[in-house]
Amino acid sequence: MVKQKLIVIGNGMVGHHFLEQLATRPERELFEVTIYCAEPRPAYDRVHLSEYFAGRTADDLALGRVEQYRDWGYELLLNETAVAIDREKRLVTSASGQERSYDRLVLATGSYPFVPPIPGHEHGKCFVYRTLEDLDAIRAASENARTGVVVGGGLLGLEAANALKELGLEAHVVEFARGLMSVQLDEGGSDVLRNKIESLGVAVHTGTATELIEECDGRLRMQFKGGRKLLTDLIVFSAGIRPEDRLARTAGLELGERGGIVIDEDCRTSDEDIFAIGECALYQSRVFGLVAPGYTMARNVVAQLCGESASFTGADMSTKLKLLGVQVGSIGDAHGRTDGAAAITFVDEQHGIYKRMITDAEGSKLLGAVLVGDTSDYDQLLQYHLNDIDLPEHPEQLILPAADGEPPALGAGSLPASATICSCHNVSKGQVVDAVQGGCCTLGEVKDATRASTGCGGCSALLKNIVDEELAALGMEVNNHLCPHFEFTRQELFHIVQVEEIRTFSQLLEQHGNGHGCEVCKPAVASILASLWNDHIHRRPHVGLQDTNDTFMANMQKNGSYSVVPRVPGGEITPDKLIVLGQVAKKYNLYTKITGGQRVDLFGARLEQLPDIWRELIDAGFETGHAYGKSLRTVKSCVGSTWCRFGVQDSVAMALHIENRYKGLRSPHKIKMAVSGCTRECAEAQSKDVGVIATENGWNLFVCGNGGMRPRHADLFATDLDDETLIRYIDRFLMFYVRTADKLQRTSVWMENLEGGLDYLREVVIEDKLGLGEELEAQMANVVGTYQCEWKTAINDPEMLKRFRQFVNTEEQDERIVFVEERGQPRPAREAEIVKVAEPA
Amino acid sequence: MTEVAINPTPWQPVCQRSDLVAESGVCVLAGGVSVTGPSTPRRSIALFFIPDSDPQLYAVDNWDPIAGAGVIARGLIAEVEGELTVASPLYKQHFRLRDGQCLEDPEIRLATYPAAFDGDTVVIIPMPEPT
Repeated sequence: MVKQKLIVIGNGMVGHHFLEQLATRPERELFEVTIYCAEPRPAYDRVHLSEYFAGRTADDLALGRVEQYRDWGYELLLNETAVAIDREKRLVTSASGQERSYDRLVLATGSYPFVPPIPGHEHGKCFVYRTLEDLDAIRAASENARTGVVVGGGLLGLEAANALKELGLEAHVVEFARGLMSVQLDEGGSDVLRNKIESLGVAVHTGTATELIEECDGRLRMQFKGGRKLLTDLIVFSAGIRPEDRLARTAGLELGERGGIVIDEDCRTSDEDIFAIGECALYQSRVFGLVAPGYTMARNVVAQLCGESASFTGADMSTKLKLLGVQVGSIGDAHGRTDGAAAITFVDEQHGIYKRMITDAEGSKLLGAVLVGDTSDYDQLLQYHLNDIDLPEHPEQLILPAADGEPPALGAGSLPASATICSCHNVSKGQVVDAVQGGCCTLGEVKDATRASTGCGGCSALLKNIVDEELAALGMEVNNHLCPHFEFTRQELFHIVQVEEIRTFSQLLEQHGNGHGCEVCKPAVASILASLWNDHIHRRPHVGLQDTNDTFMANMQKNGSYSVVPRVPGGEITPDKLIVLGQVAKKYNLYTKITGGQRVDLFGARLEQLPDIWRELIDAGFETGHAYGKSLRTVKSCVGSTWCRFGVQDSVAMALHIENRYKGLRSPHKIKMAVSGCTRECAEAQSKDVGVIATENGWNLFVCGNGGMRPRHADLFATDLDDETLIRYIDRFLMFYVRTADKLQRTSVWMENLEGGLDYLREVVIEDKLGLGEELEAQMANVVGTYQCEWKTAINDPEMLKRFRQFVNTEEQDERIVFVEERGQPRPAREAEIVKVAEPA
Repeated sequence: MTEVAINPTPWQPVCQRSDLVAESGVCVLAGGVSVTGPSTPRRSIALFFIPDSDPQLYAVDNWDPIAGAGVIARGLIAEVEGELTVASPLYKQHFRLRDGQCLEDPEIRLATYPAAFDGDTVVIIPMPEPT
């Protein structure tokens, strides 16, 4: 079979999405795919480009990976710019002079930043904000700079201004138009946004035209129309984008009057073998400068190539985002330009909130909306708009603060199956319903199956609403009960134990449960009791509640022997202590291995040996490492600024501080943490429940990552924190997790199941929306203050020591625990080897 | 001349009540040569003491045939559908205390042994009960 030659020019987000979608199709085998990528690396996430300044690396932002393309059988040409298309001969020529023929061609060349032709704009300290290389250049220029100016007050311009601010510069925004974000916002909204941004320390100059940029004493002087001047060290142009259509122009494809490659509903250009997708394309005289419509075009072309029919008929350009910490939303006809449009406006000057709904003349349909300062109504308004749903009798209630109780909620039931719930991943209500009917019973499972709400997360409340409603419709009770013995969730039980000050399992079982309990509820309740009251887990009433690992404070291995892990905070250990570990291991013939958490694991201890081993370890100054518990395990660290030439903070000292603070905290599942001394991230903090990465100005806090079976990168939670704030946030985050998570739920799954996700978590922890902050801190202070090394207590208590007997009626050993030597160390004997040992020679 | 018990009893004392841990298990080594009763093979036997159940005392094999390790005494007591079980600490299968039946695998059963209190002494018969 002769394959069709498919060439894709451009490897941005949309180009990548096209390739990713094609790869999922069996038809991909029909094509020999070649990709021209002008940049030195494959596609990356430009939507989150600014996070590059907040600690994300190029690798974190990567979407396409060289190996992945290879696996898909694609040929990726990096650093290769296509310079000409010969449509007669069907040839593409690259900058290096190579020619390649095509049968089908997809143009995904994207856009380029528009730089107004102001005299002096080519100065070396003038930048644009588009690629990682641009950002590197801006960062380098900011090092000896005080002031930075962004030309352009649109969405991207404000992003850039935020970046300059984060780089420590005094930031200015210069906008030619009368207001900020004039495409998305009306005057009122724009004014409120301006006030908020100015209060954050960014100077805003609207209605200002720059006439000249010139050098002045090593700095740049901007001269504005009307004579005003501004001195700055660098300028970032972010005055809009222009479709990258030069290649199409030279190839003679039809273009729009103001640029853009004209496409039809098939995304075909004026040449039927050439498609154009993303920001380079022009459909009905419009360029779509958002990623979602670009993705829709990409899927459309994949369908065409696979012989299916699909059509692109424009896209909704509604957006919701946070700019410099200010929430902004814009839906549909935000300016009320439709004939007969009427508006309802709510303004709260004290809190800087502006909301405006645009309805039709009858007030029955929503045409558009503008939200500044509070976008909590966005999702609901968007659904009214997109699905043409009749507005309620008093539509103003949709944006007014509720006088009492809940605002009127749009029932999920009123949405049609075609309603788009998640615009990031284009998931419809119908797909969510199908997933539930197909057996997904939790929000997490639905997210996994459909990818809904895994992008910006803005639709999570609506998604939960639909899932719950569908589960109820199927007659399925949403049962989060801990187990048959307690008809409560873990969170509810935690609350009961706390409020009623219940101190023992039997008391709780008697008052709120039934039966004898089981292996699910016993450890879960023991953990709650420990989180709240922090008794020794071996105190009489708590015996019998713990898994064997907690009971014997060691980790049971496959042959019934245990491993022992002393705490080595931050992975820092003195030679003397290291020697003690070796001596103890040697004395008790233990297998030793270095763990991933920067400690030493000693394997093969018999039950009855544990107290002796610990006595020696404690004498040498060791403490229990809680490797057996659902609790804080380790705080991994890199060596930090003390030794490393790249380190910017003392990561070891911080790791020690954190590990010593949270050691012993019992939690719904194990907790791992790490501290890195710079953005090189050698401690792999972004794979931990709590990750801390040093910055020039303090610490960036990442949360809810994990390794293991379903690895998950942690999310950036807060930036440039001082020591005190960092600890306060971690205190609140951990205690909130301990209080509200389900049994055996890692932080990642917990967060994904929280209504509102990461943003909600930020509201609780950073903004203290629930007013819980002090209580959470006090609770943590109690846990920290009542810490005891469980092993130290145990070896001094004869009652507790009685538990560590292999047989209660003899001092003999368990003769069926047998070790053989391998690579100079003991290991458990295999079954065949045991028989051999047992047989007399 | 060696004295031999006239009425040999199969019950063997294995430990004291104070050696037991309420709501949990301990392990004893039983069997072997006996002067008071018939000699039996030596076995590790797990004893579970649950004060508010009837009977209060259960004795089952300590050997977990699924894991291949002597760990049953260190399992958690779990009530499953009204029946008392012990959950293996290694792979978490449930074994019914009254007859040793594995709830997850009908083919697997732990041997059980008669156990009782004689005053403060715990006595067992170290011969598996018939199924």
